[in-house]
Amino acid sequence: MTDKEALYQYVLQIGDNALILGQRLGEWCGHGPVLEQDIAMTNIALDLMGQARSLMSYAAEIEGKGRTEDQVAFLRKENEYRNVLLVEQPNEDFAYTIVRQFLFDSFHYYFQEALLQSKDERLAAIAAKSIKEIRYHLKYSSEWMIRLGDGTEVSHAKIQTALDDLWMFSGELTTPNEYDLKMAEAGIGADLNAIKPAIQEKVAEILKIATLQVPADEWMQSGGKEGRHTENMGFILSEMQYMQRAYPNMEW
Amino acid sequence: MTITKDTIYEILDQVCDPEIPVLTVRDLGVIRDVIIHHEYEQIEVIITPTYSGCPAMNTIEINIKAALQEAGFNAVKVTTILSPPWTTDWLTENGRRKLKEYGIAPPQEKSFDKNALFAEEKNIECPHCGSTNTRMVSQFGSTACKAMYQCKDCLEPFDYFKCH
Repeated sequence: MTDKEALYQYVLQIGDNALILGQRLGEWCGHGPVLEQDIAMTNIALDLMGQARSLMSYAAEIEGKGRTEDQVAFLRKENEYRNVLLVEQPNEDFAYTIVRQFLFDSFHYYFQEALLQSKDERLAAIAAKSIKEIRYHLKYSSEWMIRLGDGTEVSHAKIQTALDDLWMFSGELTTPNEYDLKMAEAGIGADLNAIKPAIQEKVAEILKIATLQVPADEWMQSGGKEGRHTENMGFILSEMQYMQRAYPNMEW
Repeated sequence: MTITKDTIYEILDQVCDPEIPVLTVRDLGVIRDVIIHHEYEQIEVIITPTYSGCPAMNTIEINIKAALQEAGFNAVKVTTILSPPWTTDWLTENGRRKLKEYGIAPPQEKSFDKNALFAEEKNIECPHCGSTNTRMVSQFGSTACKAMYQCKDCLEPFDYFKCH
């Protein structure tokens, strides 16, 4: 693995998380529980799409094969997507969507904060731009964790169930793979072992205020970062890639 | 004729933000620099997005090129940079005033701690009646840069250009 190859895969890993979660949140458009939340979720989707765009165009440049950001975003095969399994999990209901968002935002915030110090200027610039947006996302998802957890019996039960169900996808966020290790060592990537305690502390703090139980750390699912996805991924891609596959090179 | 940056800035003052048309792109602070490449007779305009996913950026780029071309500058390049990231502190005084007149509450000044996760932005002034007795309805509004507020005195809803 050359340095260039490792950086390319690393940038994709970050970009695919934003792209797939953005796509998932976009599914709420027109279906939100109330107008304000419909707008909030699509606003977050838009931020994530913007971040994905910055990262995909950088990935395309690193790859150096003349591909565009759109080709990188829309024309890869399922096993070439490197997003964590958490972000591809279905929206289910508002509770699942909020838990998924909260677990991701807690990670994303500390992850991008670490990238502010990246020796790679481009990644550091994208991080500086993104972190201001992620702060809003984390605030939003934390507030909803608290409101639903410390809400009614029904809302508490629903959000606890969603948390218990999605917890097995939280481990992958902070488990380094070969690219994470190589890039952290080079001073380009975030050291996941170093940021893990801060993430756990933030999650525990919010769950406590929300009167929710932190699920036990049992078996953690993994594989997304290596391109081994859950069955949900194929459905996302068939929808997301439809236009580019059906009408190659189409533009708005 | 010698082309100066001021000549270019005067032209750019005609280009408005497509989503908040009372603001020019300079009021908004998205124009970071103008470089005149005399050797290629080319004008380069450096812009930065307000938010990563701001859908207005493509339109802004097209409008900048169109305005400069109309003024006779055919070789125009628009470059987007991300660093340093845009902040509401770059909104001009003129921009703040125009926002308020348009019915959008301008962002608070630097005093607000943007890093605090649960910090509330307090005393946002209603652009309709001037009362500071207002409440946030949602952190996310009609565009990425705005939050939804409501005035508790005149009861009117309004957009707040949030501190970023």
